[in-house]
Amino acid sequence: MHMQTEQIRLRHMKTRLLLNQISKFIFMLSAFFGLFFLAVLLVRVVTEGIGSINFGFLTGKLSTQPERAGIMGAILGTFWLMLVVAPVTMFVGVGTAIYLEMYAKKGKLVSFIQTNISNLAGVPSIVYGILGLTVFVRTLNLGNIVLAGGLTMSLLILPIVIVASQEAIRAIPFHLSEASYGVGATKWQTIQRIILPAALPGILTGAILSLSRAIGETAPLVVIGIPALLIPFPGSIMDRFTVLPMQIYYWTLDASLVSEYANLAAATIIVLLVTLFILNATAIIVRNKFQRVF
Amino acid sequence: MTVLKERIKENSFSVVRNENWTKPIYETNGLNLWYGTSHALKNIELSINEREVTAIIGPSGCGKSTFLKTLNRMVETAADVTISGNVTFKGNNILGKSMPVEILRSKVGMVFQKPNPFPKSIFENVAYGPKVHGIRNKAMLEMIVEESLKKAALWDEVKDRLHKSAYSLSGGQQQRLCIARCLAIDPEVILMDEPTSALDPVSTHKIEELIRSIKNDVTIAIVTHNMQQAARISDRTAFFLNGEIIEHNQTSTIFNNPADPLTDDYVNGRFG
Repeated sequence: MHMQTEQIRLRHMKTRLLLNQISKFIFMLSAFFGLFFLAVLLVRVVTEGIGSINFGFLTGKLSTQPERAGIMGAILGTFWLMLVVAPVTMFVGVGTAIYLEMYAKKGKLVSFIQTNISNLAGVPSIVYGILGLTVFVRTLNLGNIVLAGGLTMSLLILPIVIVASQEAIRAIPFHLSEASYGVGATKWQTIQRIILPAALPGILTGAILSLSRAIGETAPLVVIGIPALLIPFPGSIMDRFTVLPMQIYYWTLDASLVSEYANLAAATIIVLLVTLFILNATAIIVRNKFQRVF
Repeated sequence: MTVLKERIKENSFSVVRNENWTKPIYETNGLNLWYGTSHALKNIELSINEREVTAIIGPSGCGKSTFLKTLNRMVETAADVTISGNVTFKGNNILGKSMPVEILRSKVGMVFQKPNPFPKSIFENVAYGPKVHGIRNKAMLEMIVEESLKKAALWDEVKDRLHKSAYSLSGGQQQRLCIARCLAIDPEVILMDEPTSALDPVSTHKIEELIRSIKNDVTIAIVTHNMQQAARISDRTAFFLNGEIIEHNQTSTIFNNPADPLTDDYVNGRFG
């Protein structure tokens, strides 16, 4: 009896150990799959674009001649866009989250709103573009200016900001609110002095990450009708504008006619990636700096 | 809103301290409470005398914490709560809309089972209540903080690190900080919901000493699982079972000569 089980064990030992090695290899492969293509993309973009990045390119105007073209307009456009999107999404997004988590009575209405927010997060961005075109550009007659684009982008990322803020608020233990109510604080005082300060890192992380999504999006702006023309630098949110991803899009289209544009597109991608990297790094720093243990 | 302001001005809530008050500070009449359909408090008739320590004892789930939280209406933060009957604080009905909970809670502080300081400094924790009630004067706040921490027997341990995080304190210190935070609003009543159940014996002893030292100034209602604690610190004891009051009397009577055999069984550890 003992001999038999010993034999079975020995026989199985080999296959078990082999399977152990194979599974490790498979999972490693899937982890490196994404990483590999990211590396390919980076290498390609950098080799193609790095030569075009210089002071003139970063600070220059758009031009019909590729060697004289610059992306200052797109950088400014992206900046102004962020200036619209950040406050709008912070205010409306955090406000919605506070209402849903702190005020609204749990019931049919709230679960209806909640379901819709989740669904909106899954709506393709081009649909938001059509919404923005209809509401902001046409009905409100704003035209294709920064404000219209910014409001459209705000709608696009609002569901993400709301959900992230809700989760951050929900993570604050109830015993803290209880302590605040216990000394006679009103609900608003409790939100303002206890809940929001404690939830802020989570809220900011969500907001910054979704902001980086907003400045990378192209489709809604294509629909709104960002001109491919040589427009002056935008000086306020009421000016017409272009943004970095739009410039990448147009130059990639142009590259089939004039091949130098491919280099400009690659250079612009580098600038956009660096911007996104800075935003994401900020999110991580904010999270680590303000993170508190309860 | 204007009616409310006038009532506050006239002080018809009579929440100002009255040194000659002799009646019970809290009285409940026919108090019933339901969580959804489950009947948690049944016809509670209980009075709490001013400047006494009233202990509320009973097995888990008997409604003692629910009762305590009804006294400052914290119970209403739970979903689907229905209350009927009367609870009066110094003669004013506290249920219903006539008295805002914020006014009630500025006179009735609460200490919870688990120490729950805010993620703020020690100073800010104690100053929170006064600040919420509109006190901004720095010197005044400093005075209140010092006085409250002294009353809570914590001053000597923290006076050199008032601006350090409250989380740097031990569990027992945190609970005394919570009592100081409560004292800072100058309450007439402090409700304590098993304040020592999460603490070690030494910290428990300190909290009991603290209760003894403040009982001349404030009325205390304390829920406790610890029979010896109830016997040690309270003047009166109420025994709850299945949402009802079985017996309410002088603590010595409850523990030495109870009228109800159920009380006798419980205080002698035969069930619960």
